[in-house]
Amino acid sequence: MEESYKMSKIIIFGATSAIALATARLYAEQGAELCLIARNHEKLIDTEADLLARGAKKIHLIEFALAKSEDHIELFKNINQGFGDFDIALVAYGSLGKQKSLEMDFSQAQQELDVNFISVVSILTSLANYFSQRKQGTIAVISSVAGDRGRQSNYIYGAAKGALTLLLQGLRNRLYADGVQVLTIKPGFIDTPMTADVKKNFLFVKPEVIALDIKKAIETKKDVIYVPWFWRYIMMIIKIIPETIFKRLKL
Amino acid sequence: MEYLSWGRYPKAKHHSIPLYWQSELPEFDPSKTYLAYGLGRSYGDSCLNNNGELLVTTGLNKIINFDIKTGVLDCEAGLSLQDLIKFALPQGWFLPVSPGTKYVTIGGAIANDIHGKNHHQGGTFGCFVKSLKLLRSNQTIYHCSPNNNSDLFKATIAGLGLTGLIVSAQIQLKKVAGPLIQQEVIKFKGLEEFMEISASSKNFEYTVAWLDCVSTGENFARGHFIRGNHSLTLSTNYNPKKLPLSVPFNFPSFALNKYTVSAFNALYYHRQRPKLKSSEVHYDPFFYPLDGVNNWNRIYGSAGLLQFQCVVPSDDRLEGIKKIMQMVVTSGRASFLAVLKEFGDVVSPGILSFPRPGITLCLDFPNCATTRDLLKNLDLKVRELGGASYPAKDAIFPKESFMVYYPKWKEFAEFKDPNFCSDFWKRVTR
Repeated sequence: MEESYKMSKIIIFGATSAIALATARLYAEQGAELCLIARNHEKLIDTEADLLARGAKKIHLIEFALAKSEDHIELFKNINQGFGDFDIALVAYGSLGKQKSLEMDFSQAQQELDVNFISVVSILTSLANYFSQRKQGTIAVISSVAGDRGRQSNYIYGAAKGALTLLLQGLRNRLYADGVQVLTIKPGFIDTPMTADVKKNFLFVKPEVIALDIKKAIETKKDVIYVPWFWRYIMMIIKIIPETIFKRLKL
Repeated sequence: MEYLSWGRYPKAKHHSIPLYWQSELPEFDPSKTYLAYGLGRSYGDSCLNNNGELLVTTGLNKIINFDIKTGVLDCEAGLSLQDLIKFALPQGWFLPVSPGTKYVTIGGAIANDIHGKNHHQGGTFGCFVKSLKLLRSNQTIYHCSPNNNSDLFKATIAGLGLTGLIVSAQIQLKKVAGPLIQQEVIKFKGLEEFMEISASSKNFEYTVAWLDCVSTGENFARGHFIRGNHSLTLSTNYNPKKLPLSVPFNFPSFALNKYTVSAFNALYYHRQRPKLKSSEVHYDPFFYPLDGVNNWNRIYGSAGLLQFQCVVPSDDRLEGIKKIMQMVVTSGRASFLAVLKEFGDVVSPGILSFPRPGITLCLDFPNCATTRDLLKNLDLKVRELGGASYPAKDAIFPKESFMVYYPKWKEFAEFKDPNFCSDFWKRVTR
């Protein structure tokens, strides 16, 4: 077991997101080989230097706008040629649009759904077929507690993440027989650039904290994790409130 | 989120701008004032900028390059010392200067020109800064080092964040064999004995003393002298498991008083039976004993705490420290933590650097009107003794003291960024 972690090859979709960076650092410290995919060139270069200094064996960079599903075939060819086989795939990109503007403008809402759901389905399709053939591996995907119940404050984002959660359930069911782990990660409030404009309260935690949880969940072959753990119970309560009452709440 | 200083006094309101990437540094608005904020371990008002902008640097924490042969680390300013140790120690490198907590960013360590238990040999953190990158409000990045923009370099080290935003820095780390420290703890009574032990500890890289600041009579100025060197013992135990202690809420303000503090002091003093005890300890409890308790500052209650750290210069340092301690003892204000150390004469590049040859005394008190009065009197005494106080730990001393403690402040002011400001700076210049 110990040996296989050291040798692991990890691919990260959306590698410059705060949660991805924190998680990548943990694997870099163990001497892993990483393939980082993200849009921004400068950020990729900075991330590469950081991970190499922290002990990553090798870094492979791919500059790519992941929201464009039509180019994903090309992307996977690139991965195959440049990086080769891999053991863990972490899908960590997403967009948290402003609910008010999404409500007013369908084209924006459609974009939000494309980034957070449609393009992820495309990536998961390729990943599922790849791992199912290899009969091993881990697909870890960052969904959200927002997908557990629709609320007026973020139901477009929530709908995308809720659909993603559902898709991952099905995928887990399909890939179980092949020995492939499908991990759904549901973060609560994380202090990241994505939530820079959100008013912070005591429930916010640093991405470093949840990165530890994510790595542990991969190692222990978990199915669904809430990060931090207490969100499981917060969402349990939110989910059991009857709809007739829920619709009156300002959530 | 409310940004506080570690003393939780005074309070301030800010608009915060979190920083994450060097390619997305802020664009400055000339009508606003800015100040970098790292992990908020400055005690007073030097990390606050009331009604202004705070540039929160903890996300700007990437390693740019590390040369394992020379031990030169190039990193972004928001990297914490904790993170630095975690990555460098397994490769045989350690901090050149360790403060009393590892929850400090590189930017904060430079801006306050922090010192540690090795000051008598190594000098301040600023002595190990090879170069730094500074972003000023004119949107220009300045590469500063002893040879390049050297005046701006000297102003930025110990510059309290007022010369601009430190983006990244190159630090010379120190080669060590492993994570252990060979430590000796010696019990002493009185400042004379402290001086004797301090004088005989020249072969120890790290020295510091814990002091009982409540007891009078024959127990006056009793304490533990702690000294150590990096051990040559090899060990891979870089992160020992610790009890995750935490103070979850503010204690009521009466929790710390003369009686509880003197009981604690008596227990602590007698914790060790023999006069001298030698042991091999891990670097973490040796350098950062208080980091074992998260949010320990909350034991001072919601009013917060006031720190006081002065240095009394060499000439009559013994008498000077004695006078200050007598003022504290007679005031009846109990200092829970008191630390004594002899500074050395290594000169820092920083224009506003605090450490200078002499003895430094560090105290902390629950914040209230009586403490503030005591600190004002202590400040007058420090000025009379020709000493100085440390901006990173102060919330009290006035303009008149600042100008005496830091006679080169005018030279510094020429390099201050017009759009960077702190509540400390307002206090000591207006």
